[in-house]
Amino acid sequence: MSDALVRFEDVSFGYGHHLVLEGVSLEFGPGCFVGVVGPSGSGKTTLLRLLVGAVRPTSGCVQLRPGLRVAYVPQVETVNWNFPVTVGEVLAMAQLSKRRLPWRSAEERRAIEAMLERLGLGGLADRHIRALSGGQQQRVFLARALIGSPDLLLMDEPTSGVDVRTRHEILHLLEELNAGGTAMLLTTHDLNGIAAHLPHLVCMNRRVLGQGPPAAVLTPAVLEATYGARMDVLSHAGMPVVVDAELQRPRKVS
Amino acid sequence: MDVFWEPFTFAFFRNGLLVATMAGALCGLIGTYVVLRSMSFIGHGLSHAIFGGFVASSLIGVNYLLGAGLWGLASALAIGAVTRRRPIGSDAAIGVITTASFAIGLVLGDVFRGPRESFDAALFGSILGVSGRDVASVAAVTVAAVAVVFFGYRRLLFTTFDPDVAAASGVRTTRVDALLMLVLATSILVTLKVVGVTLLAATLVIPAAVARMMTNSFSRMLWLATGIGALCGFVGMILSYHLNWKSGPTIVLVGTVLFCLALTFGGRRGRSRVDHLGHVG
Repeated sequence: MSDALVRFEDVSFGYGHHLVLEGVSLEFGPGCFVGVVGPSGSGKTTLLRLLVGAVRPTSGCVQLRPGLRVAYVPQVETVNWNFPVTVGEVLAMAQLSKRRLPWRSAEERRAIEAMLERLGLGGLADRHIRALSGGQQQRVFLARALIGSPDLLLMDEPTSGVDVRTRHEILHLLEELNAGGTAMLLTTHDLNGIAAHLPHLVCMNRRVLGQGPPAAVLTPAVLEATYGARMDVLSHAGMPVVVDAELQRPRKVS
Repeated sequence: MDVFWEPFTFAFFRNGLLVATMAGALCGLIGTYVVLRSMSFIGHGLSHAIFGGFVASSLIGVNYLLGAGLWGLASALAIGAVTRRRPIGSDAAIGVITTASFAIGLVLGDVFRGPRESFDAALFGSILGVSGRDVASVAAVTVAAVAVVFFGYRRLLFTTFDPDVAAASGVRTTRVDALLMLVLATSILVTLKVVGVTLLAATLVIPAAVARMMTNSFSRMLWLATGIGALCGFVGMILSYHLNWKSGPTIVLVGTVLFCLALTFGGRRGRSRVDHLGHVG
């Protein structure tokens, strides 16, 4: 499969009779940094779930390069925050070496501490996951994904529910990781805050409706096909800025 | 003091005490996973389903561990089949099949007039029927369960906390789930006679709930629940002898007292920790 890390070949998937993905063909190579955008229910999360093997395509095939290490960061909304688990325990559960003992080895402890330091979470290993800020919570799960040194990092809405500053921090962190060689595939609803900053975008709504650099993909035509609503695209500092065309219409004030 | 030591002179009590302590520890250990996975209803249902097999195997003279075990397996398969065909949801399927199995056990016991004491022991728990073989069975399952948890600790935790990501990270989650169900089913099977069908779910849930109120760490919760379960079994069994109460209810009541103490003295933080734990059906 050439040098591609992953390849979707005419993939369709449905829950019962309801098709979530239809005829999706995509290919991502080493070092890619791809954002997948689309409305809720457009199949973005399903695309990631197909890659991690949580679901299988109804037709077509998903190919991963043999030996590819994939890590997955779920949406923070799906995490059970009441689960009795500390930050250190979250990272340790992903250390799935041949070591079968419950406690961490000195080497594993060092790896966890180093990872927490790297992501700005030093000293929080014994903290319960609920006792962290939104940005720290997101970074804990990113740290768990990175502890296995993945080749490809999949993230489902990594900036949902976080403030602007945290969003910037996460985006810069991801850029740094990508520069270090980790391929990234993330889903996002945030067209201006995240998607416009990525080198490659995929617009989808059950089918792939456009892909390429943001400037080529974030166009009124592609956005209307994707979201079913009219959107205008402005330019700011050389980057596309998407605005809701409906909001620009003058309104009657009663 | 002699009054305290008196029961220890009887072999049946020593057996009962040993089994109750091990059974408490076993239920506390497995109960941690049951509670955190919101599987309390499955534990509750499984114990009721197994009762049908217990009565049937007693009546036809088959080893109850074998008979009730096979019956439990058949019930689990029936639940799976009904759920797959989707005429009703899994909760309803568990409710119908396990209570039907329990009812079959009660009717069979009445119609064929089997050993009443033995059925009562299975329903409410008793130390009188505990034999050396029962001690060996509970010990074997306890050692096996500890081994499964010890050597599968990280995979079990990962699968319990985040099954999708665990699967994506290479954990064979289906296999882990099946292993946990097997340990749960065999734990219920061997502790049936001491605690009783009707109260087994409580011994799975109470130690884990008390432990959850005391800590925010999974590893600490696991070992605390095991210790609390063992303590409930030990104290409950001694009280059961001195107060001449059935062992099952006494063990559960000791656990309930601990739960109330934890709830009272654990403060708002302790109570908030158990807000979203699994429910007993």
